[in-house]
Amino acid sequence: MERFGVLSAVAAPIVRANVDTDIIIPSREMKSVSKTGLADGLFAGWRYTAIGGREPNPDFVLNQAAYAGSRIILGGENFGCGSSREHAVWALHEYGFRAVIAPSFSPIFFGNCVRNGLAPVRLSLDAVQAIAAWVAVDPAGRPVTIDLPAQRVRAGGSEYAFDIDPESRDMLIEGLDAIDLTLKQRAAISAFHERDRHARPWIYLSKDARVPS
Amino acid sequence: MKPRTLFEKLWSSHVVQELEGGAALLAIDRIFLHERTGSVALKSLKDAGRTVADPARVFCTMDHIVDTHPGRGDDTRMKGGTAFILETRAAALEAGIRLFDVRDPLQGIVHVISPELGIVLPGATVVCPDSHTCTQGAMGAFAWGIGSTEAEHALATGTLRVNRPKTMRVRFEGKLPRGVTAKDLTLALIARYGSAGGNGYAVEYAGSAVRELDIEARLTLCNMATEFSAMTGFIAPDERTFEYLHGRAYAPQGADWDRALAAWRELSSDADAVFDRDIEIDVGTLAPMITWGTSPQHAVAIDAAVPDQASSGANPEAYARALQYMDVAAGVPLQSLAIGAAFIGSCTNSRISDLRRAAAVLRGRKVAAGVRAICVPGSMSVKRQAEAEGLDRVFTAAGFEWRESGCSMCFFAGGESFGARERVVSSTNRNFESRQGPETRTHIASPETVAASAIAGHLADVRALEVA
Repeated sequence: MERFGVLSAVAAPIVRANVDTDIIIPSREMKSVSKTGLADGLFAGWRYTAIGGREPNPDFVLNQAAYAGSRIILGGENFGCGSSREHAVWALHEYGFRAVIAPSFSPIFFGNCVRNGLAPVRLSLDAVQAIAAWVAVDPAGRPVTIDLPAQRVRAGGSEYAFDIDPESRDMLIEGLDAIDLTLKQRAAISAFHERDRHARPWIYLSKDARVPS
Repeated sequence: MKPRTLFEKLWSSHVVQELEGGAALLAIDRIFLHERTGSVALKSLKDAGRTVADPARVFCTMDHIVDTHPGRGDDTRMKGGTAFILETRAAALEAGIRLFDVRDPLQGIVHVISPELGIVLPGATVVCPDSHTCTQGAMGAFAWGIGSTEAEHALATGTLRVNRPKTMRVRFEGKLPRGVTAKDLTLALIARYGSAGGNGYAVEYAGSAVRELDIEARLTLCNMATEFSAMTGFIAPDERTFEYLHGRAYAPQGADWDRALAAWRELSSDADAVFDRDIEIDVGTLAPMITWGTSPQHAVAIDAAVPDQASSGANPEAYARALQYMDVAAGVPLQSLAIGAAFIGSCTNSRISDLRRAAAVLRGRKVAAGVRAICVPGSMSVKRQAEAEGLDRVFTAAGFEWRESGCSMCFFAGGESFGARERVVSSTNRNFESRQGPETRTHIASPETVAASAIAGHLADVRALEVA
């Protein structure tokens, strides 16, 4: 996974409450068993004039020239709520986004961001709105900076501190593969199972116990 | 010893290793997959040259995009959907995991069949790349939805790296008034505290009203913890839980059952345990709930009107957008809204008790002219049981379509949908924009409210009907 350090980029405002993963990537746009080929379907319902069509809706922020090349989304409360589909994060990433700044995130979406190198940054709604207003004057000329190691967002003369749990922060900064990291703990996992098998034998199903069709 | 919450017990009994900042590597007891998001996890695992750590504890079902019309096969209404089914089948076979395939008599929606088969157990950790996995917390399990990459992690290692949530207790106290169900409890909670109200928390549902709920109602209550933005919701297991599980296909048997039972009886919050947040809701004043907008928090009593912005709990922009999308206005009584369709199904409300209650409303009545009504049982087992009781005939005589089990039209995947701008009353969990079809206007409610509305042809109060 790519490392996340300091990102300075155009930030696109979608400061609405409850932007759900159906909106980020409608189910109809998940066309194959794959993590790729999803960028075209990103925000399809808002981005195009017709369902299933590809004619850009000029009113949607990502279709406006000023926000071309956006890599940060400024979002509202409960961003990424709804379906667990990781396709939402894969679509954002494939489109070019590397961070979302919002007052709160759905827990599953938050985890999916971290596993894919996208930084989920929590700032108050007031801060997000202030940043969006500052950016709006000249989006391309007013990039927003996310300094993850310092846990700071800078926009113009303003600086905002944010909290992120150390596990997520380190995974992002180091670009770690969680599975590789966990597999180093094989001994601890085996030791747990050894103990647990005695304490809770019913948890450990045998393949023979399988209920036939 | 310091009194502990049930959540602390569930958490600490699964810690393989502590991680930085209160996170931990947790052992995962059960993994469930489905063809929509599990398939990609199995594929990615294989591509990385990894294998499933313990296939005997991994299960997979075909529920999300399978056709639900009678006589179905691998063809889907969704273009390209068959590939998901074929790839999932091949990957499950190769991984050596138990698949509840399209024609399997045990097939059904993951969160319906897992309790039904005794796969989820009290005290177990259960994950699935599906947001409604919290449903299974109703059995006293620690069950939560994850992404596909996390599913891959769980498959490969039998563990997950988890940030510890804060604890919240929601106590529903009192006696449920007539017509008020578990669905109404969860909608009332979300309406009152907002769709982000549970963010950062694991929520224990407790109180006298919860103790009185049967297991299926508890599953409904926990189902929408994700719509509350909680990591999960769960209920301490009790004698009802144990009675429900006894003899189920994958539940422990013989001496294992006795040992398990002794352990499960310890699974409750200690009397003086302290929660990070504690909420009490008096259920005696509640009414059947219905949503008016595009978030589950946009819910009011069925006999109310669309609220004004100030009392809606939504900010002015979100409020205006919701009114416009739903084509409603402040002050309009919900019951004046004519519907084009009614849907009973989904992991929220498709179990046998849901169908029995809806059928009791429909018996001897007809769906209003011009209303398309559909019932999709949550599992093939539920469907068989309903047919044995003659409920299918009640539904079809009333004018409902009677389907094979699956998630069906709870969401639009590119296949079947309700009409553009069509108003639908639905026993599902999400009234998001275009969730059930492009521009479809969804009102979510209990199965009996859906049934009463289907008969009336407009949103309706089930309490006004005589129910046999």
